[in-house]
Amino acid sequence: MYIKYLIIFLVVTTAISCGSGNQGADTDKGTDQKAGEATVHDPMKNKGIGPVKNLVIANEIDLEMAAKGEEIYNLKCKACHKPTEKFIGPAPKGVLDRRTPEWVMNMILNPEIMIKEDPDAKALLIEYNMAPMANQGITEEEARAMLEYFRTL
Amino acid sequence: MKYINKIKSALTLTIVALITVGISSCGQQAKDSDAFRKGALSSDVASRVYVAPGEYDEFYAFVSGGFSGQLAVYGLPSGRLLRVIPVFSVDPEKAYGFSEETKPMLETSFGFQPWDDAHHPELSQTDGNTDGRWCFINGNNTPRVARIDLTTFETAEIIEIPNSGGNHSSPFTTENTEYVVAGTRFSVPYPQQDVAINTYADKFKGMLSFIKVNPESGLMNIEFQVLLPAFDYDLAHSGKGKSHGWTFFTSYNTEKASTLLEVGASQNDKDFIAAINWKKAEEYLAQGKGHDVPADYRHNVYDEATHMATSNQMNTVKVLLPEECPGLVYFLPTPKSPHGIDVDPTGEYIVGNGKLSADLTVHSFTNMIAAIDNKEYDTIIEGIPVLKFDKVLAGTVKAAGLGPLHTEFDGRGNGYTSFFISSEIVKWKVGTWEVLDRVSTYYSIGHLMIPGGDSKNPQGKYMVAMNKITKDRYLPTGPEVTQSAQLFDITGDKMELLLDFPTIGEPHYAQGISADRIVSKSKKIYKLEENNHPYVAKSEDATKVVRDGKDVHVYMTMIRSHFSPDNIEGIKVGDKVYFHVTNLEQDYDVPHGFSVMGFENAEILVMPGQTETITWVPSRVGVYPFYCTDFCSALHQEMQGYIRVSAANSSTELKWSLGE
Repeated sequence: MYIKYLIIFLVVTTAISCGSGNQGADTDKGTDQKAGEATVHDPMKNKGIGPVKNLVIANEIDLEMAAKGEEIYNLKCKACHKPTEKFIGPAPKGVLDRRTPEWVMNMILNPEIMIKEDPDAKALLIEYNMAPMANQGITEEEARAMLEYFRTL
Repeated sequence: MKYINKIKSALTLTIVALITVGISSCGQQAKDSDAFRKGALSSDVASRVYVAPGEYDEFYAFVSGGFSGQLAVYGLPSGRLLRVIPVFSVDPEKAYGFSEETKPMLETSFGFQPWDDAHHPELSQTDGNTDGRWCFINGNNTPRVARIDLTTFETAEIIEIPNSGGNHSSPFTTENTEYVVAGTRFSVPYPQQDVAINTYADKFKGMLSFIKVNPESGLMNIEFQVLLPAFDYDLAHSGKGKSHGWTFFTSYNTEKASTLLEVGASQNDKDFIAAINWKKAEEYLAQGKGHDVPADYRHNVYDEATHMATSNQMNTVKVLLPEECPGLVYFLPTPKSPHGIDVDPTGEYIVGNGKLSADLTVHSFTNMIAAIDNKEYDTIIEGIPVLKFDKVLAGTVKAAGLGPLHTEFDGRGNGYTSFFISSEIVKWKVGTWEVLDRVSTYYSIGHLMIPGGDSKNPQGKYMVAMNKITKDRYLPTGPEVTQSAQLFDITGDKMELLLDFPTIGEPHYAQGISADRIVSKSKKIYKLEENNHPYVAKSEDATKVVRDGKDVHVYMTMIRSHFSPDNIEGIKVGDKVYFHVTNLEQDYDVPHGFSVMGFENAEILVMPGQTETITWVPSRVGVYPFYCTDFCSALHQEMQGYIRVSAANSSTELKWSLGE
């Protein structure tokens, strides 16, 4: 019988100490979020969350690449994004005046995480009636080509 | 509040700990009792079948859906049902047999067959190991064999078996899936004709079929058939290792009774195992010994590129006659109406399970070859030598139980045989034939399955018993109760019952395979670029409505969360409207559904990148809604549209739109 009580004691103690640890972690996270909200958010400095970290764009538009991008866009994206007007989602026309190129590509490549964690993507989700951006299985090369297409709009 | 919660959880933990400790000690006391056998009070059993939320099972089990006509996929050890694959029966949930693309799959020489009786799943093998490429299953009623593609878990092909009646001894593969087989359970007139039933012994024949499987595409064709006496050919298994090149079929009713078989087919003390040397058959075919016989059968193939099945009419089959082909077939006498036939992992031992016996008869392949070489024949029946029983016998598992049916192997030198009448599984030692352990099943077991248990290298961790009667094992649901399987751990000396789980239809047989042989190959979406459906709309720009006489083709797309077009006008009563619906999504697990009010059809459930077609013949004037049947996003309830039906003689203009 003593052994039984000992086991119970050990289990309970472990559980309680685990619980305290978790609470500590939650508090830390909360502080971080508050700090984030305090600073002024500039979408043109936000590169988003995803595989594209830094992208340098040439001054000249690569029309061949843009044509390829338009083809993929028409097949995979146009059902929700009309090129020049608001539809299910926003129009890509002029997107590089509003967003960084990295953000645009990460939104295409990593939409599930973006709409959960990125402040600009989260705001768009609310603005667009909670219609989530779909992951259309686009490759990085294809997303880059579409970005070039957006520059032509 | 925090402290109250802590006290609460401490109390809960105390109770759990007390119960756990209590149960453990109870388990010890009850170890030898029936209660322990049932697993109910054994403390650690639950954790051994528990797969935590979000975790994968270790094995897939493909379990026959029996008279449902389908194939059920379970995870083991949890017994969780993962999917029901429609094979031989229509399924309105998935539009199988209702969509234009899948209707041809169920075509036969008798026309469209909405149902069949599915029996034995069999996984493809490479070098005698399950390779996770395809699962085959036989249709018993209107003889057919189906191939399921394990990248999509969809039925990819169904071939009808001519000159056959009741395809039971099927599909059982050879060790490199060179062939799957089909043997007729019911002999039928050959050729099929209008004759008196009492001419059975003269006019009826039994046919065994060898279906060649293309090693790349998996496509099946009936390479040859072997014409045999009018017995009932019951089950089969192919040789492996040293016996590779042979296939063994059990038979009963060697008395050739055509009425009251319950009595008439049990007169002879021994029936036969038919041993077919298929490598020899290939030699005879090369020599031109095959007779081209007229045969009316269908070969239905689903093309993944066009997302569409076609049904092809076939007109001949090659038949080999044993009297013209010495060495092609031998009969091995086996006592008491053998049912299952199973070959051990080494390929040496051929187990005939005499279903009206208490003994298992085990033949030796080495002895069989010696008996053939020495012409140790009892007699010759219709050109087929009957080998002397005592010259092929390897041993007998004596008085193991009542009514042995099927045997599987664990790869550690043990056989496990199901006994229907005594409702148990008996574990025995291959070679010494001694009984090692026995365990009750609840109730009246038919088949049993060990993952890879009929291959060269069984993955012998678990065993599944498939029972014919469930009775009091589950909550009652009126006169018809669930079918059932039971999971055992076979890693120790003693078989141990872990879990009961319900199955769909009657689970005749199953195949198991470790998940790693399938998971990495499982397809997630259909690529839009590769969609070659003739009526695909790959973007909303391509959507349209086209009238061709009374046929109207709607090229429609769906994406979260709208249809394009979603307003259609100009349809008339009596038109045949084809909705060709393409799901433009390219993300995993985002299907959309489609159905129209009042249409006499099923929903379609369209996977990402796929096109499916469902038809509607509107019978009443009005405006009818259609909608997405599969919850797809927060705006799923908005995913709807209207179609206007005008009178047959109206002049309503054909038009379609979205967002106008």
